[in-house]
Amino acid sequence: MSALLQVDNVSKRFRGLLAVDRLSFEVPEGGIFAVIGPNGAGKTTLFNMIAGAFQPSNGSITFAGERIDGLTSDKVCRRGIGRTFQIVRPFPALSVEDNVVVGALLRRTHAADARVHAQEVLRRLDLYDKRAQRASSLTLPDRKRLEVARALATDPKLLLLDEVMAGLRPTETDRMVAILKELNRESGLTILLIEHVMRAVMALAGQILVLHHGAAIAQGLPAEVVRDPAVIHSYLGAEDLA
Amino acid sequence: MSSLWSAMPVRGRVILLVLVALLLAAPLALDRYVISIFILIFYFAYVGQAWNLMMGFAGQLSLGHALYAGLGGYVAALLWFYFGIGPWLGVFAGVAVAAAFGAVIGWLGFRFGIQGVYFALLTIAFAEFTRIAFDNMAFTGGAGGLFLMYEPQRAGEWWNLRGGPLLFYYLGFAMAAGAALLTAWLARSRIGYQWLAVREDEQAALSVGINAFRAKMIAVLISSAMTAVGGVFAAFYYNSLFPAQAFDIGRSIEIILAPIIGGLGTIFGPIVGAFILTPLGEILIALTEKLGINAPGAKAVFYGLTLCAIIVLRPDGIWPWLKRILGLTEQGR
Repeated sequence: MSALLQVDNVSKRFRGLLAVDRLSFEVPEGGIFAVIGPNGAGKTTLFNMIAGAFQPSNGSITFAGERIDGLTSDKVCRRGIGRTFQIVRPFPALSVEDNVVVGALLRRTHAADARVHAQEVLRRLDLYDKRAQRASSLTLPDRKRLEVARALATDPKLLLLDEVMAGLRPTETDRMVAILKELNRESGLTILLIEHVMRAVMALAGQILVLHHGAAIAQGLPAEVVRDPAVIHSYLGAEDLA
Repeated sequence: MSSLWSAMPVRGRVILLVLVALLLAAPLALDRYVISIFILIFYFAYVGQAWNLMMGFAGQLSLGHALYAGLGGYVAALLWFYFGIGPWLGVFAGVAVAAAFGAVIGWLGFRFGIQGVYFALLTIAFAEFTRIAFDNMAFTGGAGGLFLMYEPQRAGEWWNLRGGPLLFYYLGFAMAAGAALLTAWLARSRIGYQWLAVREDEQAALSVGINAFRAKMIAVLISSAMTAVGGVFAAFYYNSLFPAQAFDIGRSIEIILAPIIGGLGTIFGPIVGAFILTPLGEILIALTEKLGINAPGAKAVFYGLTLCAIIVLRPDGIWPWLKRILGLTEQGR
């Protein structure tokens, strides 16, 4: 597998704070890659640099063989990267379906075609029955699913998921894991996720990167990473060993 | 267009057809004064729709739309006045000039991230600069105004907008209807969804690949061009133009009231708003005269109070509420 996304020696400095410190990793095409770490480790900053919301202070980000660091968010999305937001941002006054239609129109000219595609995506995410509701009326778990649906509707090659499991009940988490696995298996969608819910991370990820104070402290297969003493010390805590 | 029609509930289609038929036949039964009120209603429904496209759909607040109407009117009137070029050609020049101003304002605002009330201030500033400039330019008649002469020999030249109230009644009706159709079509097209996304959350819109700058520029260009056409209509209807009126902020506020009262971001909102506000103004004039209240501004006070009441009672505008009352809520926006 070749790398779809390459992050090479990337740093991000906010005045005195070094949020991400000389980070390098590769996400293989077709893989599911998880980034974990304590709060403030720089995970969302990393995401925002990949998605074009921030420009890295140093280093380069390459997607499908082309540099994308410094591009604006809309251009990054048009290259084939879809994202969700940690603090969800649906279009509140629009219906659930119209939210997804907006995403689907990225690669479709006619609203009618986009609507057909949006309904397929909504079925996948178990939101089809709620398609006529206003997005602002949804519960938080549904809004998280809607974010995923809207991003998926843009037909991305790489999907960036920022804590989509947070706030979900265990059964809802398992359902989301199943949906994401299916998408990955069936359409070869590459997924890069930030996640705190270890249950989901262990079930999904082929590889895990652990961030602490903006730097990578471990990277590898899930089974290896969770046994790494540095990871246990800084993030997981001893009780997770059991 | 057929999809717009099929998306409308049967009851809505019937009501719409009846209203259109009534409005088309109405001049047969109405006197000159009532016709003049309808012309104003159509004018405000039309320019309100143009503003609604930018604010209601794309979420960009302009408080200087009088600029576009004034420029459209002045350009077409000057071409007629000096060169005898008819408004059917002059309107293109007026649209081009107004859209050029719209492009400059939009570019300044959107390129440099001037948003919300600050963008609105920018639009006011341009209208004010232009008013001052026109006050001091001799060839536009300056502060004293520009007058289009009544020429009896041209009285029947409807193609040059030299006609009576009936001409302006039917033209105004066609413009208001055309603007509503155009808005309805745009709202269901790709750019319409992009506008809604930008209006709702610009960051999220960018994240699904929407070029927000481009979407907003298209909105301001279409809106300014449409408003300029309204300005040509008004210039040839009134046959006079004064900078202090044409570019005044009061004129800009007049343009935006109908869509706000009717319902922002809806297609029928500006029309409903115009049908409420214009007669309301006339009724208040008649009422204050009848009651013998000669205090200056009495009409404005009542007008303001009525607006306050409508906004408090129906904060989303009259149309969404009216739509529920008429049982038209299942489909359409």
